[in-house]
Amino acid sequence: MNTQKTLYLAGATSDMALAIGREFAGQGWNLILGGRDPQALEPIRTDLEIRHNIQAKTVLCDVAQPEKTIAALEAIHPAPQGMVCAIGYLGDQKKAEHHWEEAAIILHTNFNGCVALLNAFANQLELNRNGFIIGISSVAGDRGRQSNYIYGAAKAGFTAYLSGLRSRLAKKNVHVMTVKPGFVYTRMTEAMKLPAIVTATPEQVAKDVFAAYQKGKDVIYTRWFWRWIMLIIRSIPEKLFKKLSL
Amino acid sequence: MTASWGLYPSITTTPTYFSSESELKAQLAAAPHAIPRGLGRSYGDSSLGEAMLCTTRYNRFLAFDTQNGHLTCESGVSLAEMLDVIVPAGWFLPVTPGTKFVTLGGAIASDIHGKNHHIDGAFSNFVTQFNLMTANGQVLTCSRTENAELFWATLGGMGLTGVILQATLQLKKIETAYIRQRTLKVPNLAAMMDALETLAKVTYTVAWIDCLSRGDALGRGLIYAGEHATREELPPQLQATPLTLPAKSKINIPLFFPKFALNTLSVKAFNALYYGKVRAKDSTAIISYEPFFYPLDAVLNWNRIYGRTGFLQYQFVLPPETSKAGLTDILTRITEHGAASFLAVLKLFGPGTDQFLSFPKAGYTLALDFPIRDGIFEFLEVLDARVAHYGGRIYLTKDARMKRETLSLGYENLSTFATLRAQIDPTHHFESLQSQRLGL
Repeated sequence: MNTQKTLYLAGATSDMALAIGREFAGQGWNLILGGRDPQALEPIRTDLEIRHNIQAKTVLCDVAQPEKTIAALEAIHPAPQGMVCAIGYLGDQKKAEHHWEEAAIILHTNFNGCVALLNAFANQLELNRNGFIIGISSVAGDRGRQSNYIYGAAKAGFTAYLSGLRSRLAKKNVHVMTVKPGFVYTRMTEAMKLPAIVTATPEQVAKDVFAAYQKGKDVIYTRWFWRWIMLIIRSIPEKLFKKLSL
Repeated sequence: MTASWGLYPSITTTPTYFSSESELKAQLAAAPHAIPRGLGRSYGDSSLGEAMLCTTRYNRFLAFDTQNGHLTCESGVSLAEMLDVIVPAGWFLPVTPGTKFVTLGGAIASDIHGKNHHIDGAFSNFVTQFNLMTANGQVLTCSRTENAELFWATLGGMGLTGVILQATLQLKKIETAYIRQRTLKVPNLAAMMDALETLAKVTYTVAWIDCLSRGDALGRGLIYAGEHATREELPPQLQATPLTLPAKSKINIPLFFPKFALNTLSVKAFNALYYGKVRAKDSTAIISYEPFFYPLDAVLNWNRIYGRTGFLQYQFVLPPETSKAGLTDILTRITEHGAASFLAVLKLFGPGTDQFLSFPKAGYTLALDFPIRDGIFEFLEVLDARVAHYGGRIYLTKDARMKRETLSLGYENLSTFATLRAQIDPTHHFESLQSQRLGL
């Protein structure tokens, strides 16, 4: 086991982040678990340490407290080589249409919060000229749909951010990968009725992410067929798209 | 639809899942009656209820001291997950049932036993403490010194005292992941019982019985006796990595077998083959722990062999003084009835805990599977009466059909259990289909 390698998991309580963390831990990576309530992460931390025989630490990571989050990130020694940013909040689209507060939380969590954290981490990696960032965006960011366009808009922004960041850091030996999951069975989607045939488990997503990371991919859809589903959805003319109830 | 391993009975409600104490507390408060459920490996209706609080997402390892073998986990961790972690570190489960696909919570609630019961006793002997969420949402630490009555009532308590949250186990030290297995071919019941008693100093013993053989061959079968192999006992090529096992694929039963697949003839043929396959009267081999402890786990969903209608498992224990007469009587009735039992497993128990509802007690235990067919319920009632006559009791974890009278004849501590339950859960917030049926 290489004890030098450490991965920072931002949004570590999410099912997808955890599954990705397990993939890396299975390969001997130590983990930093970032979450709003580090105390609540304690059982997850011990579980990862015991199951995978690695070291894991918890750290404050809260989009509502960016300064504290960044300070906590910068205080980690030795600094992590990679980050999986899986911070996300689906929110309630209907509520967000009528209450700005809900829209603000969706936008802030999925965009501003991630940018604040990744800006700080990107600067660290740029200095070290080594490392990687895996940003969990969403197929929802590929086209605004009436059912979740506020979440989608934040994810579209995040996708654009990652694309720019990738281009900037590519020259500095730092790799940025954008992950666009389709439907995944997680606590985030627990209340939704998802079509089984196109819905993945967090474990399947995590395997895809790890394989793509090893291959140095830039943008992946997971499961793979979402690339083609989204190609179709993106190519529907707006005149027609606006009449659909997607 | 929800059913347990025997696929009978089934109900239309589905479980809810929790991953934290606060989620559990909310689910518990929302349901007037509920029962905890793990992997659903009890056979009948023990973990079926109006609401089912499923522990399988409450499954984190909390502490593992590799020096002294203390392991603390949340209740939804399965024994299979534990083995993956502890065996490479040189530790083993102190007691394990015939499947590793049970949760820690389920193992405690059933006070499970294994092939070493005659030496080491039941699971309860190795549970040092646990936290329990009781009916009012309070969390109590229970051990031999703290809330001791509740501790003992929960061991074997079928989930009726509360939801087990975290528990600590004392593991058993091993040198290798292998077992030195001795296989004995035994011609009849008397020889079987003699052999099991002669082998009483061996850590693990169990017997498979061909329960379709009659007359002089009644009770013929095979005895498997095992000890954890030491490093020196392993073949040289395994000695370098004695604690790692080669990865193996699993067979699945993807479909339900049709009803005609299993009848007296096919079982008879299977049993004859199984018995005949073993040539030597007495042989020894080094095998990995998987086939020794979990032969059926290699066939996923083996319960589907019995078809959609499911099967009933029947396990009872008879005291030592009536065992010979009782087993002869009951096995004779089974062969005469022709109720094909695919599996019949005989085991010699050591002394039990004598606490509340814990099943194991000194004597012989026999476990049988019966596919659900016309007449089987009536036949098992005949067996119930024989078990009661010989002073035995029936294992709640396997049961889906016994009557209240049978239960009360077998378990002496029912009233102390009821008294304790009246104190901590007067409205029977925790209730299963089984506890309703049996008036537990």
